[in-house]
This record gives sequence, structure tokens and C-alpha cells, in this order.
Amino acid sequence: MFDNFVIPDFLPAAPEIFLATMAMAILMIDLFVKDNRRTATFVLTQLTLIGCAAIQIYTSSGEITYTFSNMFVDDMMSDLLKLFVYMTMIVVLFYSRTYLLDRPNMNKGEYYVLALFATLGMMVMISANNFVTIYVGLELLSLSLYAMVAMNRDSLASTEAAMKYFVLGALASGMLLYGMSMIYGATGTLEITELAETLYNGESNKMVLIFGLVFLVSGLAFKLGVVPFHMWIPDVYHGAPTPVTLLIGSAPKLAAFAIVMRLLVSGLITLAQDWQGMLIILSVLSMAIGNLAAIAQTNLKRMLAYSAISHMGFMLLGIVTGVVGGDARYALNAYSSSMFYVIAYVLMTTGAFGMILLMSRAGFEAENLDDYKGLNKRSPWFAGIMLMIMFSMAGVPFFIGFFAKFSVLQAVVAADYLWLAIVAVLFSLIGAFYYLRVVKLMYFDVPEDETPISASMNMRILISANGLAVAALGLFPQVIMSLCAYALLRSL
Amino acid sequence: MSNYPLLSLAIWIPIVAGFIVLLTGGDRNAPLARMLALFGAVAGFLVTIPLWAGFDVAQGGMQFVELHGWIPRFNINYHLGVDGISMLFVILNAFITIIVVVAGWEVIQNKVAQYMAAFLIMSGLMNGIFSSLDGILFYVFFEASLIPLYLIIGVWGGANRVYAAFKFFLYTLFGSLLFLVAQMYLFFQSGGSFSILDWHKLPIDLVPQIWIFLAFLIAFAVKVPMWPVHTWLPDAHVEAPTGGSIVLAAIGLKLGAYGFLRFSLPIAPDASHELSGLVIALSLIAVVYIGFVALVQADMKKLVAYSSIAHMGFVTLGFFMFSALAIEGALVQMISHGFVSGAMFFCIGVMYDRMHSRQIADYGGVVNTMPKFAALFMLFSMANAGLPATSGFVGEFMVILAAVKFNFWVAVLAATSLILGAAYSLWMYKRVIFGDVANKHVADLTDINGREFAILGVLALCTLWMGLYPQPFTEVMHASVNDLLRHVAVSKIQ
Repeated sequence: MFDNFVIPDFLPAAPEIFLATMAMAILMIDLFVKDNRRTATFVLTQLTLIGCAAIQIYTSSGEITYTFSNMFVDDMMSDLLKLFVYMTMIVVLFYSRTYLLDRPNMNKGEYYVLALFATLGMMVMISANNFVTIYVGLELLSLSLYAMVAMNRDSLASTEAAMKYFVLGALASGMLLYGMSMIYGATGTLEITELAETLYNGESNKMVLIFGLVFLVSGLAFKLGVVPFHMWIPDVYHGAPTPVTLLIGSAPKLAAFAIVMRLLVSGLITLAQDWQGMLIILSVLSMAIGNLAAIAQTNLKRMLAYSAISHMGFMLLGIVTGVVGGDARYALNAYSSSMFYVIAYVLMTTGAFGMILLMSRAGFEAENLDDYKGLNKRSPWFAGIMLMIMFSMAGVPFFIGFFAKFSVLQAVVAADYLWLAIVAVLFSLIGAFYYLRVVKLMYFDVPEDETPISASMNMRILISANGLAVAALGLFPQVIMSLCAYALLRSL
Repeated sequence: MSNYPLLSLAIWIPIVAGFIVLLTGGDRNAPLARMLALFGAVAGFLVTIPLWAGFDVAQGGMQFVELHGWIPRFNINYHLGVDGISMLFVILNAFITIIVVVAGWEVIQNKVAQYMAAFLIMSGLMNGIFSSLDGILFYVFFEASLIPLYLIIGVWGGANRVYAAFKFFLYTLFGSLLFLVAQMYLFFQSGGSFSILDWHKLPIDLVPQIWIFLAFLIAFAVKVPMWPVHTWLPDAHVEAPTGGSIVLAAIGLKLGAYGFLRFSLPIAPDASHELSGLVIALSLIAVVYIGFVALVQADMKKLVAYSSIAHMGFVTLGFFMFSALAIEGALVQMISHGFVSGAMFFCIGVMYDRMHSRQIADYGGVVNTMPKFAALFMLFSMANAGLPATSGFVGEFMVILAAVKFNFWVAVLAATSLILGAAYSLWMYKRVIFGDVANKHVADLTDINGREFAILGVLALCTLWMGLYPQPFTEVMHASVNDLLRHVAVSKIQ
């Protein structure tokens, strides 16, 4: 019965295997941790992530390796994205630490284990070469996140957010699956590389394909959180406990970028004409609604949620401009710009939510914009850090956000979509307003409460490093830019 | 001399000094912050002197060039250099920085370190703008310099400061974003170069040239500011603290005008000729209409702000007549305006510090209580009106002279500036300084102290020097302006 069973090559998936094992081990070990602070669990979780990074670097060959019957792929793009996922998760968990210690009812072992499973989900998504793998990774990530959003059981807002997230997320997954099944029906394959070949040879029913594509793009749009599939973003960002918002808003964007690349670019590049048109609409709408709605917000988490929508819209511009009229000359340039944008965005958004966590204390969430009034008086240093993050998000140099916008815009101009570039810059002008308002609150207004910031030293150092990285990588953006370009060059 | 990276030093000394000043922390260490800031400003000024001393006036091209790779992925370089057009502005900027630091010495008692740091950092960034030869480097400095001024207006400004700060930031950002898109277009047209000097040589068809020109025009017109996108300036000036107004008027407005010479004219020469009528018309509206607007202002700062717009209209007028005399006149006018408007805003600041009012109606008879001040203020008002023997006259005269050759009616309209300038400057002077002592507050005024006298004295010397002997200034520009004109005369259409 198992005659033709070949033992797959486990090495490319070594980090995933390690992480899954450790996550389960930590779940067990945590039962024996008596300490209410869960220090052991926390340290083990962080060590696991560091271990994953080490394994990732050690096993990285720079070649494209398929394994598990081509369901799983390990290439430079996945290596790089996963490394950023580990880094982001390490930082996220550090940022969450103080918040959780202040709120013992949330500081459970499950929190850490779920975070690890979410990471695993992202890793599987990033390395997927098969519709089923993508779906498995996506669900692993989503289910972990649904549970985490609801971690604060006594909070009505959190429960509501979790419910909303779950229902809409399930709907999105359904759409994605429906799209996948259509495409399977048209081509007879679930494997992404094989799909690309089949489509290239052009023997499939275009009608069914496009039908499937529409659902696929809708599903992806849900997961990316772009208009008009963005409804869940503000509510979930707002309702979830801040560390969970931080988690949702950061690393998963990297994974979402990866599945967009895998599905649309690796798999359906022959249909580029069709999906690019859809993405342009999604992108322009996201920039418009994200930036305009953010202006009306009084809650910082909600404002950042709308800002996330607009940023994802901007990022899509790079994906849209890869292939122009069948000419793929600028593809590498465009896709690596998008990748750089996502990485820069994750760095900034981590810092921004980190600041909310830094400012919060037991019984005080620091999530209203007015809580930041006069921060410059209370703590000039952290006001300065927040200033850098806000200007970076607005796309003002010398910060990394500017170069992220710059690289995507040049890809748009390269593809001769001048009008799209102009639309994009006009919406980022509107966007600048609400980032400036945060700076205004911190610098121009007088503080309403003078309580000193109580965060731990680790947290202070880490968030300072995060803010300074936004500035330093803005002065020297070349490193990450060329890493992205190199990774994609070796993977596409 | 030029073995040292003088331009890099001129950029980074103030910026690094600014961050060091920030480290002094709260207002307990204010004296230290002030001393460090002064030290940084003076050091920043000293390194710019060799730029003038070592400048080769016979050469029209770039000097003191520094070229290092910065972002090879997009072929963006850290490429610096100055020619006769930009060199003087680097020095002017470094000089004004000292003035501003001294001007805020006693007046600013709140968040001193941040105030000083903001000015130093802005000074370095502005030097970066004047000496960048790479489009993106220019843009990065251009936009980054918005941050300090936004904070200066917003933190130390007047009652309506938040509105003014936002308006200033968003207006300028709006202009510069289209400028960025135009730069990207040029990047691909030139086969992947962001070098401004490469773009100068790049042949472009007329239609794209016109689009590029318009994108540049929006960016620079907002910055200059030209009518009708000038409305942010009076707000920003009125609300900004004295130092902010000085820098904005003396340097900030020059950035846009400089952009015309560095980008618009040489990159899109055919479009410049084609659309010169438009720019000249806008400039004349600024000169005449804004001149009248200045006349009716009740707020002294607003009056000087409008007079700045009118003077800058003169500058853009000079640029688009395409003659050496006009462009040099416009450049002289820019530098002169740097001294004069800086001094005017400082004078208003001196009175405001004592009376906490900028309304002309609240004053009268100041000469009785502040005779020394009144004498110096007289000189600057005269210079603002363009009186011969002051620097204000030289530039305006050169531009008007060129205008006579260019078109009689343009010259007539431009010349009204001399009348209007005299009218609003001297009428304000009369109402504020002369007459009987208007009220008890004026009677209690004390004359300027040594620090204020030193600032006004130095600026007065500069104004007179430029007015009596402008030769050293014009001789530096000559070769570069001629090169520019030769370049602009050749069509880029192929």
C-alpha cells in the first residue's frame, strides 16, 4: 500500500517543523509553570523564534527547493520574508509583555502558544506552492488570531471584534476556496507552478478561470484588508487587545504579500491583464477610503487601522505594475518595490502600536488620540520616536516610509501609469494630515494627564531601537531594497 | 582648500550640533543649550567662508563637488556641488542661522533646546537643498526641511499656530509631491539617472517638457510663493515666532526661486520660453496686486509677509526674461531680501517682545522712546522700499532695467513696485514710529539692548554693503548665469 511512498525532503521545512514541535512542547510545559508571570513560557517562546531564525539562515541554500510533492517551496523570497516574520514576532511579543503583565487575566500560556501557531501559519503561507497549502496556512493563522482577539474574555468590545473577525474571515476563506476550486476546475491542478504552465499552454476555459479569479482576488483582498473588503479592519483593530492588534497589523501583512505573490504572480501571471485591472480598483479605493476615513477617527488604533488600509492599497500599486501589456521587463523592479514597502510598513506599524503599548498601563489603554496630548512635555524622547514613526508613515524623508513610497511610485511611473502615480501622491497628501495631527497633539498641545510612563526598561530600549531603525533605514535604505530585489531575482 | 568636504560639513555640522543641543534636555540646561547652539551655528558659518574665498569666479560649472553612491539600487547619489547661483545662498543661510540663534536668546524661555535644535537642523537641511546635484537628494532635503519649520510654527507660534502649521506643511507637500512624480518620469527618460546635471542635457519633446515644467511650477510656485498659491505665507509668518519668520523669509522663500534656476529653466528650456508669459503675468500680479494688499494690512507681520510675496514676484519676473542682467538682478534681490526681510521681521519681533502686539494701530511715536531702534528700522524700511544705496535698490533696478529692454509695459508695471514698496513700507514706518506717543505702553518702551543692536547692526552693514558695492556678489554669479542662459537658449526638442 505504501509502495510508492517516498520520504520527502524535510530540510526545507525544518524551521516549520521545529516551530510546530516547540509550540506543542511549550503548550505542555506551560501546564507546569507555576509562575503567574509566565516567564518561562515567554522565554521559551522567544528562544523558539530565535531558533527558527537560526535554522532558517543555516538551511538557506539560495536555490528554489520543492518538497512534500511540490506542495511546499523554499526559496530566497520565503527565507527573507520568514526572517522578517520571526523578527517582527519577537518584537511583538516583547512589546506585549508589559501589557500582559499588567493584565494577568490575559497573560496565559495560550497567548504565547497561539502566537507561535499564528507564526507557523504565516510560514506555511509564505512557503506554499499549492492551493491546499495556502489554505491550511491561512486557516492556521486566522484561527489562532480569532482566539487571540477574544483572549480578553470580559471585554465586550473584544468579543464583538472576535466574532466579527471570525464571521468575515470565514466568509473570505470561503471565497478564496471557491475561487480556488473554480481554477482547479478549469485547469485540473492545485499546484501553483503547474498551474502557471497549464495556463501558459492556454488549454483552459477562460470564462471559468476569470470567474474563479474574481473570487480569488476577493478572498485575498479580505485578507489584505483593502476596500471594499476592509470592513473588519477598523473594528478588529479597535476591539482587539492592543498587543493582538499589533500582531494582526504587523507580521501577517508579510504573509499576505507572500500569498499574493504566489497566487497571482507565480500562478496566474498569464491572467495579469485581468487581475491587474481588479487590483487597480482595489488599490485606488483603499487609498481613498483609508486616508479619508482615518481623518475622522478619534481613536489611535482605529486611525492606524484605516492607515493600514491605505498602506495596503499603496503596496498593491507595485503588484499592479509588474507586467505592462505582456512586457515583464519591470516585473522584478515592481514586485521588489512592493516587498520593500511591506517590510517598511511592518517596521513602522510595529513601532506605532508599540508606542500605544508603551503608553498604556493597568486600567489605561492609551488608545485615544487625546491621550497623546503634550507627550513632548511628558517624555521628549518618546515623543521624538513617535514623531519619526508618524512622519515616516506619512512618507516624509529622511524616513524609511518615504523610500517605501518612492520605490513603489517609481515602479508605477516605470509602467507608464502616470495618472496612477498622481492619484497615489494626492491621496498620500490627504493622508499626511492625520499623521501630522498626531504630531500636533504631542507637540502643540498641553498634556491632560502627567502620569509618568511606566513601561519597563526593555520595552523602552526596544521601542527606541524600532524608532531609530525607521530613521536609520531611511538614511540607508539600500540594504533592504537590494535584499528584496535579490531575493525576488532568485525566486521568480 | 577644496580637499575638505566643505559642503558636507556645511550640511552636517548644524544637523549634528542640533542633535547635540537636543541632548541637553529640559529647560534647566537652557544656558548650555544656547551656548552649544551658538557654537554650532558659528562653526557652520565658518566652514562656508572658504566656499566664497576659494570660489573660482571664472568657472560657470559646479565647484566643491562631492560624489558618493547612496542608493545604487536606483542610481541615487550623494552628489553635492555649488555654482555661482547656489554658493551665496549656502553662506546666507549659515549666516542667518547665527542671527536666528541670537535672536531667540532671551525671548525663547520654553523648550529652549528643542527650539535651537530645530533651527540648526533646518539650517543644515537647507544647505543640503542648495548644494544637492541629485534630484532625489534635493527632494529629500526639500521635504525634510518642512518638519522643523512645522514644529517651530506649531510649538512656539502665536494663537492660530496650529492652523498655520498645517497649512504651511500641506501646501508645500502638495507642490513637492507632483515634483517627485516629474522627477521619476525624468529618471526613466534619462535611462536611469537622478543627476540634475544629466537632466540638463536630456532632450525632451515639447509636450512632456510642458508637463514637467508645470509640475515643477506647482512645487516651486507654492514655495516662492507666487500668486495665487501664496495664501499660506501670511498665515505662517504671522503665527511663527520671530526666528521662524526670519528663516522663512530669508531662506525658505529662496528655495522655490532657486528651484526655477536649477530645475525648470535648464531641464525644460523650451517649455520655459513657451510659458514664460504665464510666469511673468503671475509675477506682475504678485508685484502689483499683492503690493496693494500689503498697503492695507493692519498687522505689521502680515504687511511684511505680503511685501515678501511682492518682492519674490520681482525675482520670478527676473528669471523669465532670459537676460543675464535680469537673472543677476533677481539673484541680488533674493540675497538682499534675505537681509532686509530678516531684519524687518526681527524689528517687528523686537517691538512684539515689548508690547505683545503687532497691530500698527497699537503703536505710534516709538521714536520718542526707542531712538536707536527707530534709526535702524528706518534703514530697513527704506531698503524694503528699494531706496538707492541700500541692497533693495540694486536688484530691483537691474530687473527693471532688463524689463525695459524686454517689454515696455512689463517694465512699467514692475516699476510700480518701487512706488508701492515705498508706500507700504514708509507708511507703516510713519504710523508706528513717528507722531506723538500713542499710549502708556509705548511710553514705557525701552530701547534695544546690546544683543538686539548687534543683530540689527550687522544686518544694516550687509544691507549697505550690498547697496553700495554689489560687485563681489554679482561677480560670483556671472559665469554661472551666462552658462545657464547659453544652455536655455538651445532648444531641447529633437
